[in-house]
Amino acid sequence: MTKDSIILVGDNDPSHFELIKKNLSRAGVSNEILHFTDGQKILDFLFKASEEPEQGPASQKYLLLLDICLGKVDGVEVLTRIKQDEKLKKVPVIILAGSDEPDIIEKCHNLGCSTYIVKPPEDRDFEKTVQKIGRFLSVVEITSIE
Amino acid sequence: MNKDMVILIAEDDAGHFQLIKKNLWLTCVDNDILQFKNGQEILDFLLKTNGETDPEKLKKYILLLDIRLPQVDGVEVLMKIKADDRLRKIPVIMLTTTSETDMIKQCYNLECSYYIVKPIDYHGFMEAVQSLGEFLSLEGMRLPCLSENQN
Repeated sequence: MTKDSIILVGDNDPSHFELIKKNLSRAGVSNEILHFTDGQKILDFLFKASEEPEQGPASQKYLLLLDICLGKVDGVEVLTRIKQDEKLKKVPVIILAGSDEPDIIEKCHNLGCSTYIVKPPEDRDFEKTVQKIGRFLSVVEITSIE
Repeated sequence: MNKDMVILIAEDDAGHFQLIKKNLWLTCVDNDILQFKNGQEILDFLLKTNGETDPEKLKKYILLLDIRLPQVDGVEVLMKIKADDRLRKIPVIMLTTTSETDMIKQCYNLECSYYIVKPIDYHGFMEAVQSLGEFLSLEGMRLPCLSENQN
């Protein structure tokens, strides 16, 4: 992932966000990371970016780490709206959620998430998981939303 | 957790296949790895799988897909998989030497999960595949089941 790509994190638990941010950085990810606690704000942010003219935020590359349990609009709805949009569907969405419900997992796969990962309950394991995600993201190429 | 995950690799370069397999093995030792040397072979395999009605025989697949493949190229394979109601759930990771911006965009438009450009140097390539393997073998990873009905 090029250094100018932005990682969006949708997580309503501030301690989880801090853990994610810290461990992405430990894995060598130096990209800008933006935090959202409610689903509506993620949608507002992305739809605004996609409507900007060229050379603006639409030429930006985004990747989203998304929890299911979020304020206002939940993660499933956020995923639905992103994948229904012709431009925004190109944003890879990694679900990183507390939920291990088979129905939700299946639904997210049907909607087109790139990966579904259940947050490990222990912090130590969660940290390792995020570091592995970070090292993987370092070798992935993403694309702008325009 | 994902011992039943089968890794499908569509790669016509024997050297690259060995390198990918060897380095995935370091992290995904419990998983079957199958090689397909051209685009038609992988499509035939998946279409046969798709006709499978015995849920016991349906595995969880993940596809590593090169773009330059004989007969049917990777973009065409991706297009066909994503146009099928059941097969479209299979995560497809492009793993290719092609680094053109337009190609990356096209593959994301066609709903690949990720796009990885093969690093040119040997060690870089090994490290990239190991990062991929560690990601795929994450304890919390939940892959889609082909056997379940659509929501």
